[in-house]
Amino acid sequence: MLRDYIEKKRVEKKILIMTHIVIGAPDLETSYQTVKAMVEAGVDIMELQIPFSEPVADGPVILAANQTALDRKVTVGQCIDFAERVAKEFPVPFLFMSYYNIVFKYGVNKFAEMMSAKGLKGAIVPDLPHEEAAQYLAAMKKYHLDPIFLYAPTTSDSRMKEISSHASGFIYCVARKGVTGVDTSFSSDLDEYLQRAHTSTDLPLALGFGVQEKADVDFLKGKADIAIIGTQSLRVLAEKGVAGVKKFIAGMQ
Amino acid sequence: MAAHKGYFGEFGGQFLPEILHATITGLEQVFETAKHDPGFWKEYETLMQNYSCRPTPLTFAENLTKYFNGAQIWVKREDLNHTGSHKLNNVMGQGLLVKRMKKTRVIAETGAGQHGVATATMAAKFGFECTIYMGEVDVLRQRPNVFWMERLGATVVPVKTGSRILKDAINEALRDWVGNMDTTHYVLGTACGAHPFPEMVTWFQSIVGIETKKQILEATGKLPDRVYACVGGGSNAMGIFSGFLKDTAVECVGIEAGGRGIATGEHATRLASPDASIGVSQGYKTFFLQDDDGQMKETHSVAAGLDYVGVSPILSHLKETGRVRFESATDAEVITALSLAVKKEGLIPALESSHAFAGAFREVSQMAPEQIIIINQSGRGDKDIFTIADALHDPKWRDYIKDKAGEYNAS
Ligand SMILES: Cc1ncc(COP(=O)(O)O)c(C=O)c1O
Repeated sequence: MLRDYIEKKRVEKKILIMTHIVIGAPDLETSYQTVKAMVEAGVDIMELQIPFSEPVADGPVILAANQTALDRKVTVGQCIDFAERVAKEFPVPFLFMSYYNIVFKYGVNKFAEMMSAKGLKGAIVPDLPHEEAAQYLAAMKKYHLDPIFLYAPTTSDSRMKEISSHASGFIYCVARKGVTGVDTSFSSDLDEYLQRAHTSTDLPLALGFGVQEKADVDFLKGKADIAIIGTQSLRVLAEKGVAGVKKFIAGMQ
Repeated sequence: MAAHKGYFGEFGGQFLPEILHATITGLEQVFETAKHDPGFWKEYETLMQNYSCRPTPLTFAENLTKYFNGAQIWVKREDLNHTGSHKLNNVMGQGLLVKRMKKTRVIAETGAGQHGVATATMAAKFGFECTIYMGEVDVLRQRPNVFWMERLGATVVPVKTGSRILKDAINEALRDWVGNMDTTHYVLGTACGAHPFPEMVTWFQSIVGIETKKQILEATGKLPDRVYACVGGGSNAMGIFSGFLKDTAVECVGIEAGGRGIATGEHATRLASPDASIGVSQGYKTFFLQDDDGQMKETHSVAAGLDYVGVSPILSHLKETGRVRFESATDAEVITALSLAVKKEGLIPALESSHAFAGAFREVSQMAPEQIIIINQSGRGDKDIFTIADALHDPKWRDYIKDKAGEYNAS
């Protein structure tokens, strides 16, 4: 399970890096090359987003990537094949990220069974709070997969504990209000929030939304276990191509 | 786990990102408090009497009744609300809640523009800042409403993502909300979305059904046999139906947008066609027009306000229990029905509302003269003048627009 992997890795590394791609944006081959480059640059965990037509938690950059993939007629089936291929080829854990409708339409139990068969380790479903997740939680447990849940700065201490009791793997701490792809100020407010998060759970903490440069990653050392780089690597990919992404991620370490 | 609050059968729920949890819980509490406070409903009724001509009349459509020679046709006149549709009922109600929550800014999505105009009006009256999200396609087809929203002081943001219509405007409003919920309330315009919106919007719109029941009993001494309403997200339908749901002898009929015909795939018929399936999106579980992967489809209707992929979870439940019957009317049938209502009765229903007329006209001749039907005229059609004039191929209108364009070009 992910937790052991993260704890083991943390012995050698002060902070781990998780990156995010939207499968099929701008096309499946580029997605594959991007994963390869990220792994070669030393990424520790990867989040593979299955595109959805209504990605309400995502800002303009990831939203546009979802749309590009769908305009190119990327299907859920192709995303699964893609995930199977990279999970087989590369030695880092892969997670699926998508919105609940994709999981629901596939069949919740079937989706978990498929993830396990294809070598994925867990999933992030940002519009599925634990109150609505009974079936999903049971299926993930059955197939020994990690359901990753989110904390937000607006989450109360007691609710953090409640969320933690359903989560496994790690907790995804959303750095601030708003959607993905907007600047975050890495300041004492964030310290306080991460401190609250630590107190609420013994799971590792990942921080995402707005991590853009090495200084941000350095800021998080000793405060979080994983820095999540999402939108920024998509921006770099668009501007500087796969080679640019490799350099960018390597520079974060 | 026991069924979570906000469910109607298997439909509804609260599927939102964690960041909104505290906000939506706060809204639930304010709504619950208001619901159990008789003073609140009184305040709401008084406001609607003073500001929006409530109670709106229930008009006997004598000429249409003679013309069809079937059941008596009565029309509930939501078109006579201030700003021209039932949308104002919901908006003023939510506005009162915004005051209780001490928020200073409101945002809303809009399709036809009616809900946007209503929200901008409420914001002007109550002194709130206001931003309206509207699909780019709808901005183009509903310019007069955009004009009024801007005059009312709202910022209108054309949404260029997705299919650039109502559902995309909802997504953008949600994105705004997750960043600004401390100051901002999202005034959802229909009985959809995450709990408590379906129940809350229905509650405010139930003022329509409460009045209608009282009016028909006073006028005829009887309950109606059938009540017809158009169904976009479902708020005007839930509003009028909720007056009669307990009276099982009253048949409730919801008319969805048949667009260019069910067979063409270019429609927005979720409940009266086999094309929709159960899904979870935009915060709630209901029937959606989606593909096998769960990607939402493009929808079509001549009426922007009905052009939506989802439908109220309460209506999905009422469809499954059989309490409400659903039908659809095509763009062409709707234009014909609208022309007839205008010519025979001097009523000018909105294109959305004309769906309810079309559905009723199809059936009323087969009913008996002692029977009664009520059509909910959810809004007035003036706003649709450009679309209607095009659909009717009105040559004089075309000349007028050309001349007007000539004047602008010359100046
Ligand atoms: C006049 C009118 N009727 C009906 C609708 C459809 O909405 P609902 O189904 O929520 O009543 C709209 C939506 O914009 C409208 O403007």
